Amino acid sequence: MEEAGHAEHSPLAQFEIHRLIPLEFFGIDASFTNAALFMLISVALITWFLMAATRGQNLVPGRLQAMAEASYGLIAGAVRDNVGTEGKQYFPFVFSLFMFILFANFIGLIPHTFTVTSHIIVTFALAMFIFIAVTIIGLWRHKLHFFSLFLPHGVPIFLAPLLVPIEIIGYLTRPISLSVRLAANMLAGHTMLEVFAGFVVALGIFGFAPFLFVIAIYGLEVIVAFLQAYVFAVLTCLYLSDAINLHKH
Amino acid sequence: MFVAAQMTDDRPPQPGAPPPDLGDFGDRLRRAQGQNEPVGPQETGAGGVNAKGMGAAFRIATELIAALVVGAGLGLLLDRWLGTRPILLLVFLALGMASGILSAFREAKRMGAASE
Repeated sequence: MEEAGHAEHSPLAQFEIHRLIPLEFFGIDASFTNAALFMLISVALITWFLMAATRGQNLVPGRLQAMAEASYGLIAGAVRDNVGTEGKQYFPFVFSLFMFILFANFIGLIPHTFTVTSHIIVTFALAMFIFIAVTIIGLWRHKLHFFSLFLPHGVPIFLAPLLVPIEIIGYLTRPISLSVRLAANMLAGHTMLEVFAGFVVALGIFGFAPFLFVIAIYGLEVIVAFLQAYVFAVLTCLYLSDAINLHKH
Repeated sequence: MFVAAQMTDDRPPQPGAPPPDLGDFGDRLRRAQGQNEPVGPQETGAGGVNAKGMGAAFRIATELIAALVVGAGLGLLLDRWLGTRPILLLVFLALGMASGILSAFREAKRMGAASE
């Protein structure tokens, strides 16, 4: 962040991807980049956090164990409320998704780190995986009856030619809105932080005003980091619910 | 929740001597919980910015725009395939708008149900 004062330093430089270990397989650039590094760090931190938190298994949880139990309870509650008891078997998936996004978001808030979730390709890959998985689960559970999802209950049949395309577009929109929401939130927040941090240096003695603003935005960003991970998990639950329960919006 | 609840309830007593004040733990917990005001989860952030409200607004906005983009994309693809440019683009643009408003409406309805 201290580099933000230089005129040549763009607030978008933080999103650049660098090759750390160049790799190439059959003409495909598969280099180990800073994005890959921070994904690995996220996974390693999550593993450490959950292992360390559950090592003691005390009746009265300590701080770490309470954090782990709270995050577990949060997602378990979201799965139960949105999908029902049948959603239990998908809990590990939703929980892993939530923890990965949460940790990637939080790690990105530390200066000089890289925010994996600010890249739309990362969030789009996650969303597309959910989209395809949910479609397969729905088709597998309900066979062709799954397509009744595109015709809401109690609709007069002459409205079907209009409503079915609308519902299909709505269905195809899911991976896009899911991924754009997360990536845009991260991108916008981090860019704003860096722009205002640049003002702090540029304004000299009057820099305290944008400095206070940076602190306020940072607080907001911490909440956004959590909220967006939670929203991602809840929407995954809702899509799962559509595939499992069909018409119960 | 499935396991977390069991973890605290069904666990056999620890082999070591349990803390002597564990018997009235439930009472003390209830008393401590009663002292705290029921605060909504993170209603306002630093500087009084309503993060939850902003999240809700952002959610609906992306829903609207994404549906429009998908509609336009589908229209363009079908136009190229069927050679009917620009009729299907216009049709699917309208359908995309309708779809966006429908999902925004559903989202808002769900938020209303959740906050009650």
